[in-house]
Amino acid sequence: MAHLATGKPVGGSKEQSGGGLRYPTNGKTIYHRPLNRSKTSELSQASFAYLFSEMISYAQKRVTGIQDLEKRLNLQGHPIGLKLLDLLLIREPARTQARPLNIIALLHFIKINIWQHLFGRQADRLEKSSNPDTPDEYMIIDNEPLVNAYVSVPREMSQLNCAAFVAGIIEGVCDGAAFPARVTAHSVGGKEEGEMWPGKTVFLVKFQPEVLEREALIGKG
Amino acid sequence: MTIFALIIINKAGGLIYNKTFHEGGLNKISTNDYLVLAGTFHGVHAITTRLNPVKNFPAADRASASTAVAGGPGMLTRPEPSSGLEVLESENFRLQCFNTMTGTKFLLFTDTTQANVDVTIRRIYEMYADYVMKNPFYQLEMPVRCDMFDRKLSSYIREINNR
Repeated sequence: MAHLATGKPVGGSKEQSGGGLRYPTNGKTIYHRPLNRSKTSELSQASFAYLFSEMISYAQKRVTGIQDLEKRLNLQGHPIGLKLLDLLLIREPARTQARPLNIIALLHFIKINIWQHLFGRQADRLEKSSNPDTPDEYMIIDNEPLVNAYVSVPREMSQLNCAAFVAGIIEGVCDGAAFPARVTAHSVGGKEEGEMWPGKTVFLVKFQPEVLEREALIGKG
Repeated sequence: MTIFALIIINKAGGLIYNKTFHEGGLNKISTNDYLVLAGTFHGVHAITTRLNPVKNFPAADRASASTAVAGGPGMLTRPEPSSGLEVLESENFRLQCFNTMTGTKFLLFTDTTQANVDVTIRRIYEMYADYVMKNPFYQLEMPVRCDMFDRKLSSYIREINNR
């Protein structure tokens, strides 16, 4: 480490106390930057793909089954969702800064703002479950999730969808907005040959019963 | 103008991918024969690489070039390694080999009149880098089984063959 620091005199850290966070010499950390600074900046899809690929391999070494793996990916996305909710609300104009207060507003926020921020486009569709037994289920549909752009799931793991990571982000947003929910990712494309969207993914959002109870009360008042 | 088949050979000479695109272009051979073909080609390629002598740099030239270009000792400018066997042609088909920096070989069997094979093969390499190397479920040096790679490759080759 020492010879590296001498080779690069500019931008090296003064504190060589080993381990922990290191601060740039001018004292400006990422927390000193204005929140809007990286609003329009983009980053490389290739570097994300390699990082995501490593995340999956890392998780795969430590799990026993597919559900376990999806859970792990979900957990990795969760804190991102929590933080993203606050960040994106702050960036809204002052009068719309309040967090979404009903299910529809929340889902629209996810479909439009979250998707636009993460993937540069909106989600493709938003649906409510047509089954009368599950009024608590909503679906966000993405025809080709960006995270799966380079991922080919092997046949023996066909139930796995690596967009569970994105499901975790959505879950984080819902939890952060006080709409506790369980979100899972399901592949629905690729059933037949020559299909338009082989990677089509449904994010199933299942809200906790108390959310629907509250929603009903608000609806009455 | 047709592209018949693609073979990918890993750096140890093992066959990791083979796909035929055009029925009736090449005679069918068994998987075992494909494995032998891959191994044999790998061996012949290695020999042809050594057959072609690498041109020697004059010693004085090298010293001055290294200080001038790289700006420090320990960065000798090395001559390009010789490429080895690149094209193999028969009456009915042409085999073009593309050897990557890491030693993976892409072998493309085409019609003898096929143009721009090097562009095609580079594009295939690009797809390999995208859909095979960025796939978390692919194990290095093992046979390629990636749906996404198959799909993109087939549609790209179909586009060329239908031109």
